[in-house]
Amino acid sequence: MARMIGAEMFFETLIHEGVEVVFGLPGGYVLKVYDVMPRYSDRIRHVLARHEQAATHMADGYARASGKPGVVLCTSGPAATNTVTGIATAQMDSSPVVVFTGQVPLPYLGSDAFQEADHIGITRPCTKHNYLVRRTKDLPRAIKEAFYIASTGRPSPVLVDMPKDVLIGEDEFVIPDEINLRGYKPPKKGHPGQIKRAVDMILAAKRPLIFGGGGLLWSGASEELKELVHRLQIPVTLTLMGLGAFPADDPLFISMLGMHGSYAANMAVHDCDLVISIGARFDDRATGGNFAKFAPNAKIIHIDIDPATIDKNIVVHCPIVGDAKEVLRQMLEMLPAKVKTNRKEWMGQIKEWEKKHPLAYKQEGDKILTTYVIDTLSKITDGEAIIVSDVGQHQMWVAQWYRFKYPRTWITSGGLGTMGFGFPAAMGAKFARPDKMVVCVCGDGSFQMNMQELATAVENKMDIKIILLNNGHHGMVRQWQTMFYNCNYSASKFDVLPDFVKLAESFGAIGLKARRPEDLEATLREGLSTEGVVLMEIFVDCEELVYPMIAPGGAMNEMILGPGDAVSGMVAEAADMA
Amino acid sequence: MRHTITLLVDNESGVLSRIAGLFSARGFNIESLNVGETLDPETSRITLVTTGDDFIIQQIIKRFNNMVNVIKVSDLTDEVRVEREMVLVRMDARDETRAEILRTADIFRAKVVDVGPKSYTLELTGDKDKITAFIELLHPMGIKELARTGTVAMKRESKLTKNKGEEK
Ligand SMILES: Cc1ncc(C[n+]2csc(CCOP(=O)(O)OP(=O)(O)O)c2C)c(N)n1
Ligand SMILES: [Mg+2]
Repeated sequence: MARMIGAEMFFETLIHEGVEVVFGLPGGYVLKVYDVMPRYSDRIRHVLARHEQAATHMADGYARASGKPGVVLCTSGPAATNTVTGIATAQMDSSPVVVFTGQVPLPYLGSDAFQEADHIGITRPCTKHNYLVRRTKDLPRAIKEAFYIASTGRPSPVLVDMPKDVLIGEDEFVIPDEINLRGYKPPKKGHPGQIKRAVDMILAAKRPLIFGGGGLLWSGASEELKELVHRLQIPVTLTLMGLGAFPADDPLFISMLGMHGSYAANMAVHDCDLVISIGARFDDRATGGNFAKFAPNAKIIHIDIDPATIDKNIVVHCPIVGDAKEVLRQMLEMLPAKVKTNRKEWMGQIKEWEKKHPLAYKQEGDKILTTYVIDTLSKITDGEAIIVSDVGQHQMWVAQWYRFKYPRTWITSGGLGTMGFGFPAAMGAKFARPDKMVVCVCGDGSFQMNMQELATAVENKMDIKIILLNNGHHGMVRQWQTMFYNCNYSASKFDVLPDFVKLAESFGAIGLKARRPEDLEATLREGLSTEGVVLMEIFVDCEELVYPMIAPGGAMNEMILGPGDAVSGMVAEAADMA
Repeated sequence: MRHTITLLVDNESGVLSRIAGLFSARGFNIESLNVGETLDPETSRITLVTTGDDFIIQQIIKRFNNMVNVIKVSDLTDEVRVEREMVLVRMDARDETRAEILRTADIFRAKVVDVGPKSYTLELTGDKDKITAFIELLHPMGIKELARTGTVAMKRESKLTKNKGEEK
């Protein structure tokens, strides 16, 4: 047992929790933490972000790439409020981010002191839990619990608020051996009776379909999923968040479902007789939002770790609350060793849909299509890179065209759709996986929301690639204006954009440009093989639209497949719903 | 439908905000809310009454269960339960109403807990219907001030007794 101050306990406990890197930015009430930090720098790396929102996305990207909690450290007031977008982003996609904020000394709490904000109140709706630490000796327990809560059950962000007097105060340092939270007992195994029912439903189904989401990745259930799917010959479609949980080159994979999912995937959901949903929450972007018309002929099995997702949007026939990996193992144990299946008709039907309306593009003329960029990127990297996207059209095209082979190689802000997420999250991913090539695919709009982090990337001598798709627009906004607002392009065009290559160079990064289709592949190859922070600015056609599209509120078999395919009534309604 | 929900929670600051936040996020009103320590000073019992779509209330209850500081949640709506509320009513005591006020208090077995030159303060415990009937009867005689505790509730152990209206 040793006596030490709160700031030292902070680092000692982080080290005990296995933390290797902290993303942060100093300020008034955490200066004591920064003061003792150099003594711990051999064990904990601090990455100085240029904005606390970016620091939070970095921690989030780190968590998504590694599966371990990402850590943020910043001061109070504006710094803490800057993290809120990052926290909400992590919460929507179930990512374990632990945020440590400095706070005014306890006696000043609630007095509108300089840089005071109610961090606990502000972050309450977007965290799984948060702590205001009132005594120095409580700090280790609060930190330990924060990591436990963030990373177990349904992963989620947790915030720990540390008043200055708690950080400078001295006490005995004791890390509790165990955690005993009476109100928090995350589920693990599923209910055997429910699993038996599910297995019977699966064995009886003629047209079963796996509907997999991000929970597969957080649970690390890919191997179990593969085994189940191969044993029973069940086709697999994944949500935006689930991509990578099952390899895109497997013959049973039918690509992404949802608002911009493939025709075959959405038709399969609509037409199957059994939806086996694993770690997905049936949100409106995945189902089209018309819950009443969702999979009308199907029974639904819903496997999820969070009981609150069951029956939230869609009432299911067989709910199983548990960790996906555990539940799949239980299922595999219950299955007979050899199962005879006849999927000829069902797989035949799916292949037919794939043939009828495949995902397709035609690269002709002198403008580069984003689809062509992503397809080329996919071919060059062969699924071996970690791809992190921003938010917009380019995000949907990556989801459609990049063939992900491994879990945790696709990182995107799905639930909150946070522009500016991509670049800092990619940096976080690179800290988690220095062995992997990390590519950030972003739009000109999104990149401008966190481009200051070029400084952080260069400062840390990172090896990271940015593919910036310059279409001169908020492309996704423009697409909606084209489809649902009579081409009234209000505030979606950029009259001024920086020269992104010069911008990158001004930070000490490397910049490359491609304007013509014939230059694209060479530019990508050069950029991807150049070490350092490399920004490839690709000028792309702003007229290209993402298809297919389920208009918001539409059913999954009601897709707009290309220009001129829109039904006017549906579209007008859609604009209201969105 | 009207729901009576009880929660056993950690006796800590912030717990109530988290709980109330789930209602405001859904645009739901809490009709009554009662919080008090239990035998164990580290836990509190919250009794909460709300009216709303059953489906959404189910969702809210699931979210209560997810909260780290919530130890146990029960929806007592379909349970055989005891529900009680207490009210304090300060009556305008004029010559012509004094007797009637006291008579009404007597019928309901309410207590007079404070007497002033121009007022009586009555205390009554009972279920919601009884309290409501009491207030309705007093109303024409001139209520000056009124304070209700909100409902507290417990599941009954004896399933034989009826749910409503009775009082030992
Ligand atoms: C923080 C934030 N603000 C606004 C939006 C709304 N929005 C969604 S996509 C988009 C345009 C994105 O533009 P860009 O990054 O250039 O990508 P593109 O669609 O052109 O590929 C906007 C403004 C958002 N998702 N996030
Ligand atoms: Mg753009």
